[in-house]
Amino acid sequence: MSRVVVDVVLKPEISDPQGQAVLGALGRLGHDSVRSVRQGKHFVLEVDGTPDEAELREIAETLLANPVIEDVELHLPRG
Amino acid sequence: MRIGVVTFPGSLDDVDAARAVRLAGAEAVALWHADHDLRGVDAVVLPGGFSYGDYLRAGAIAARAPMMADVVDRARRGMPVLGICNGFQVLCEAGLLPGALTRNGHLHFRNRDQALRVERADTAWTNAYEPGQEVVVPVKNGEGRYVAAPADLDRLEGEGLVAVRYAGGNPNGSLRDIAGVSSADGRVVGLMPHPEHAVEDLTGPSTDGLGFFTSVLTAVVAA
Amino acid sequence: MSTVDTVAHARATPDVEQPYGELGLRSDEYHRIRDILGRRPTTAELAMYSVMWSEHCSYKSSKVHLRRFGDLPRSEALLVGIGENAGVVDVGDGYAVTFKVESHNHPSYVEPYQGAATGVGGIVRDILTMGARPVAVMDSLRFGRADAPDTARVLPGVVAGVGGYGNCLGLPNIGGELLFDECYAGNPLVNALCVGVMRHEDVHLARAEGAGNTVVLFGARTGGDGIGGVSVLASETFDEHGPAKRPSVQVGDPFTEKLLIEACLELFAQDLVTGIQDLGGAGLSCATSELASAGTGGMHVDLDRVPLRDPTLTPAEILMSESQERMCAIVEPGKVEAFLAVCARWDVLATVVGEVTDGDRLTVDWHGQRIVDVPPRTVAHEGPVYDRPMRRPADLDDLQADDPAALPRPETPEQLAAHWLAVVASPDGADKTWVTEQYDRYVRGNTVLAHPDDAGLVRIDEDSSRGIALALDGNGRYARLDPYAGTQLNLAEAYRNVAVSGAWPLAVTNCLNFGSPEEPEVMWQFAEAVRGLADGCRELGLPVTGGNVSLYNQTGDVAINPTPVVGVLGVHDDVRRRVPTGWRAAGETVLLLGVTRPELGGSAWASVAHGHLGGRPPAVDLAAERSLGELLAALGREGVVTSAHDLADGGLAQALAESALRYGTGATLALGEDPFTALFSESAARAVVTTTDPEAVRVTAEWAGVPVTELGTTGGDRLAVEGVAELPLAELRAAWSATLPALFGTPEATVGSVPAGTVPTS
Repeated sequence: MSRVVVDVVLKPEISDPQGQAVLGALGRLGHDSVRSVRQGKHFVLEVDGTPDEAELREIAETLLANPVIEDVELHLPRG
Repeated sequence: MRIGVVTFPGSLDDVDAARAVRLAGAEAVALWHADHDLRGVDAVVLPGGFSYGDYLRAGAIAARAPMMADVVDRARRGMPVLGICNGFQVLCEAGLLPGALTRNGHLHFRNRDQALRVERADTAWTNAYEPGQEVVVPVKNGEGRYVAAPADLDRLEGEGLVAVRYAGGNPNGSLRDIAGVSSADGRVVGLMPHPEHAVEDLTGPSTDGLGFFTSVLTAVVAA
Repeated sequence: MSTVDTVAHARATPDVEQPYGELGLRSDEYHRIRDILGRRPTTAELAMYSVMWSEHCSYKSSKVHLRRFGDLPRSEALLVGIGENAGVVDVGDGYAVTFKVESHNHPSYVEPYQGAATGVGGIVRDILTMGARPVAVMDSLRFGRADAPDTARVLPGVVAGVGGYGNCLGLPNIGGELLFDECYAGNPLVNALCVGVMRHEDVHLARAEGAGNTVVLFGARTGGDGIGGVSVLASETFDEHGPAKRPSVQVGDPFTEKLLIEACLELFAQDLVTGIQDLGGAGLSCATSELASAGTGGMHVDLDRVPLRDPTLTPAEILMSESQERMCAIVEPGKVEAFLAVCARWDVLATVVGEVTDGDRLTVDWHGQRIVDVPPRTVAHEGPVYDRPMRRPADLDDLQADDPAALPRPETPEQLAAHWLAVVASPDGADKTWVTEQYDRYVRGNTVLAHPDDAGLVRIDEDSSRGIALALDGNGRYARLDPYAGTQLNLAEAYRNVAVSGAWPLAVTNCLNFGSPEEPEVMWQFAEAVRGLADGCRELGLPVTGGNVSLYNQTGDVAINPTPVVGVLGVHDDVRRRVPTGWRAAGETVLLLGVTRPELGGSAWASVAHGHLGGRPPAVDLAAERSLGELLAALGREGVVTSAHDLADGGLAQALAESALRYGTGATLALGEDPFTALFSESAARAVVTTTDPEAVRVTAEWAGVPVTELGTTGGDRLAVEGVAELPLAELRAAWSATLPALFGTPEATVGSVPAGTVPTS
């Protein structure tokens, strides 16, 4: 069994009200050094055998993310 | 005329959509997400609700239901499909309509009576209206903010795919006040507001929404 | 390697010390358990008894008083009375309605979003278990001062939670209350109501009958939610590692609940259920012991079969878990397959976990060993009952003597207008759109009236246009000044609210929110409230169909104002004849029905203008309420009124402002020689109506014996009242609608204020 992590984040050109809300809260808490917050999703997949990168990329790009507004980052186990 | 209303797990406004279909004078046919049987319908409504709890993304899981394969296939061959609220989200996720719906700009669920301007009165679902006509129907959503990349929005506008636009205030931060869009052939329409909640004086803010359901009767007969 | 505390082990080790005190049991209660069992309880048994004998589950302090409701004359409308999950009322044409309101106060303070959300989820399951389709919800909310920092934490989360859960279930929210008072700081009240509709023949009851029938657990998996309270037992499992600390907050999943609703209704329709119970407080312990106790008594459960979300749970924790969205059904063996198939169709997990047995014992096994062997009645229905000492509050005489008649009053026209504006713009009087916009009112397409109308009104039959009306009212100021009269005033207000919609009141439910029953003064308030409600219901001829008691609502030693929230259900023969609350057209006559006396005790004016609470609440006159109700019903039938609005908190001042602002129609009015009393008195049994045929209203009012006073005529863009400076509606609206957004943020500007605990919902 191996562990594959997929991070899904909004494309840079899509505005992110939730991230902005967090940024606003940080400002009120005095954390002025934070310039920007983008909120995303983090998926952890447990996969039998050696993960097939192409298959996982397809899973990430066709179901876990909506390619109209989101980008994916695939983190395969090293090795 | 038979108009199907698809029920997904978590569909909520399916009973309302079926009522609107009946009030428009058609027969409402219940369709089940897990089936592959369109039961001989002439058109399909994807109703509002929270299919699969809006988990993953609103509409994302429903868009991959067995029934949707049939709906997409028939829609590409001209069958009229209307997606309301969650149904609109499903149509975008299924690739039948451009763009995406994201969390409202103000982050709240909001339910209000909303003025809309009908931008295209030549689609299968809006031909009962005059171009530019303003109607009032309820809007209620938490993820109804229409977004697309600026270039895509320009293309949408250029090709006249914006079907309805918010008038008198934008309830959720949708880009360019877009409330609903249509496919290039005008057979598939999706919108966040709920015309099926404005079909009776007794229960709605108006009966302005009935036109969406009478439009399709004309469209199917004409086709 | 862990060793579970079995019945055999308990017998062999009678002297093991058990942490009953930490579980909330008194020494005499613990010894009674030992007497019942003839040995010490096992860990699992101790957990079961402790939670089932808690105040929350056993009503041990309130039971002796609540009997008054059962003593009310039998109502013909009542199909199922007190004692079931919710009472059932006949509303005609073969339809039955069940409704109930329940508190989720403390969880909502700890985690506002989830606390409120799971409060809605729980009450919806209660309605579902009666066999009804839930058709609407309402919420009655109380918070500390509106401008207190903690209110800004709690309120947005609670509102988002009520909305998030109810919206996702597809249940319209048709009304409720939102009020503020310092006494609720640290102890907000979140009372949720659900109403369901069924055919007479569909009523289902929670009992386990028929030896050999199977016990099916269905819905969500069982996790460690809501068992923080029994975590003390972790040390009792003899487990060398011990389980992790458990969360005390339950987390809701409305999507699963929606599937559970649809699955249950299909199970009922196919007649696959013999008995059914939802899993709420005390989870499986409560459901199994109540089902067995209400049936013939015997049940066996194999705890290993319970599907778990967290495999480290101990057996006691599985029995106690308050994981949401679970139900327990008794199913005939021949129907189990069909039952499981319906659940599968709706993606609902269902598992046979036990069976109904001969005899009168509830037994539970874990890994083949017996860990529970008890008479279920002693767990569920024969818990301790206390007749606790009571004492009239020592400060009550002084409080009642502090008559607001002595307070300085506005005198000039400008002062009167300023006070009017202040009452209407106060957090209690202000526009509640900020809240109600977060609730779906349209779903299911049967909502005829909803907030801000006085009552919610829902159509239940599209062919006949039959409908039901509901109102919830719970003025804590009146009840603080006089709990007996205050509770009757709440009953009267809810009754009136239902009547103004044109419906006929039929039945009563309640949620009684009070401080600690161990305080004699609180106990007295509670007993007086119950006595007041029972007497009031007797006089109005209404049955109490059920209710909920929430005690220990206090911060430190300071109890909340006694807050008996009363719900009234009415039936409407034809909802097309509903009467709305707002003024639509100019040139109509504005009439006041009822009598205004100088009654300012507990009033909104005294509170807003002077921060004052004292004197006596308005006089109760239930005969007058009944006459007014009959008059309003007749006016609705005759179709001679164009609007009706009840007078309550804020008196005529509030009612006029709301009527005018609804559709932006003003009025020119004369209120007599004392406009101050006319505007701010809160005399009961009053309503304001508009009509194009004042003579017809007068004739009917004379028949009903209700005095009528002509106030003036609708029209214009201002409220022009003789002796009061004119209030332009634009100014009134600006003040009225700005209050809540100013306190809790305008949605457009909220980037930067995510409500605590909010989860994304669409």
